[in-house]
Amino acid sequence: MTETTPGPRARPLSPHLEIWRFHATMVGSILHRITGVGLYFGALILAGWALSLAAGPDAYQAFMELLGSPLGKLVMFGLTLSVFYHLAKGVQHLLWDAGTGFQLPIANMGAIACYAFAIAASLAVWAIAWMTGAL
Amino acid sequence: MVQLTLPKNSRVEKGRHHAAPAGSGKTKTFKVYRYDPEGTENPRWDTYDVDVDNCGPMVLDVLIHIKNTIDPTLAFRRSCREGVCGSCAMNIGGRNTLACTHGHDEVPGADCTIAPLPSMPVVKDLVPDLTMFYAQYASIEPWLHTTTPEPQKEWIQSPQDREKLDGLYECILCACCTTSCPSYWWNGDKYLGPATLLHAYRWLIDSRDEATGERLDALEDPFKLYRCHTIMNCAQVCPKGLNPAKAIAEIKKTLAERVV
Repeated sequence: MTETTPGPRARPLSPHLEIWRFHATMVGSILHRITGVGLYFGALILAGWALSLAAGPDAYQAFMELLGSPLGKLVMFGLTLSVFYHLAKGVQHLLWDAGTGFQLPIANMGAIACYAFAIAASLAVWAIAWMTGAL
Repeated sequence: MVQLTLPKNSRVEKGRHHAAPAGSGKTKTFKVYRYDPEGTENPRWDTYDVDVDNCGPMVLDVLIHIKNTIDPTLAFRRSCREGVCGSCAMNIGGRNTLACTHGHDEVPGADCTIAPLPSMPVVKDLVPDLTMFYAQYASIEPWLHTTTPEPQKEWIQSPQDREKLDGLYECILCACCTTSCPSYWWNGDKYLGPATLLHAYRWLIDSRDEATGERLDALEDPFKLYRCHTIMNCAQVCPKGLNPAKAIAEIKKTLAERVV
């Protein structure tokens, strides 16, 4: 009688995302990707706006009311954040591509500066919009 | 491919708790990844209450203490216990580092989690399979390539050219950086990863090496090199304080300059 021994079972993959303690630069990179995807949808909204403009006053009115609704405003604020964050992070990537800013304190400060700039610039744009009555 | 969750056979389940023996001093809880290749169960998190008053300060001391006094079945790699061999690289408190040079009190929080290097096949407990990592390192041919006849004595290098290797030659190939990289987690089969690319750069800028063009040709690939998105985890975790992200940026720059 021969008994077959089972082969070694497939090795498990060690945990990664679930155990990682995030760094400022890692969060910065993820946000760069997320805001980049967000801007794709932003471009669709812009195209929708242009289409509604071409479709006549009623369609334009309806589109603007949609954007002016609380949910529309939230989306637009998110897009404002995305534009400014993606812009700031893009500048940091430009510096990195030039071979500078890799020392950890500088890279970390740069990442934090990108968050700060995105929030400050978005609030400023919306404050100006509010003060000029555009909201 | 981005795979945010682990495959079914890799999900880590709740494991056993090992309380400290009566009469222990101050205890600290260590949550350790366990996987038994001979069993049939999934990996699990075992917790050990360790008498840290009667144990050395480093995480490796804690692991040896656990193995000697609580649970002899625990498997991990270690050798030099002074940060030059790279054997005890693992994920401690959510960051990759060397267990022998990392104090358990450096980990924020009351407990300390100890896992194998992330996103690698696990042989047993804290021992990952690094076959792919070494194969990738070998693929960049990490030795001097020359075409000129060998000199009578040694290959001569000026002190200035020798200085260019600082921050590169110190790498001990512990794999902390490569397994910290999300790009490597998702594309580890095609992307070379930070450690290998740091070594690739080390040979590119070596004034004695005469295969710079061929080395650059081999790296010019959408995956091998350009999966680096400057996430910087590599530099954040390197236990030797090196900066693979910078080395990779220098390779990208050299490739760009070659075209311009």
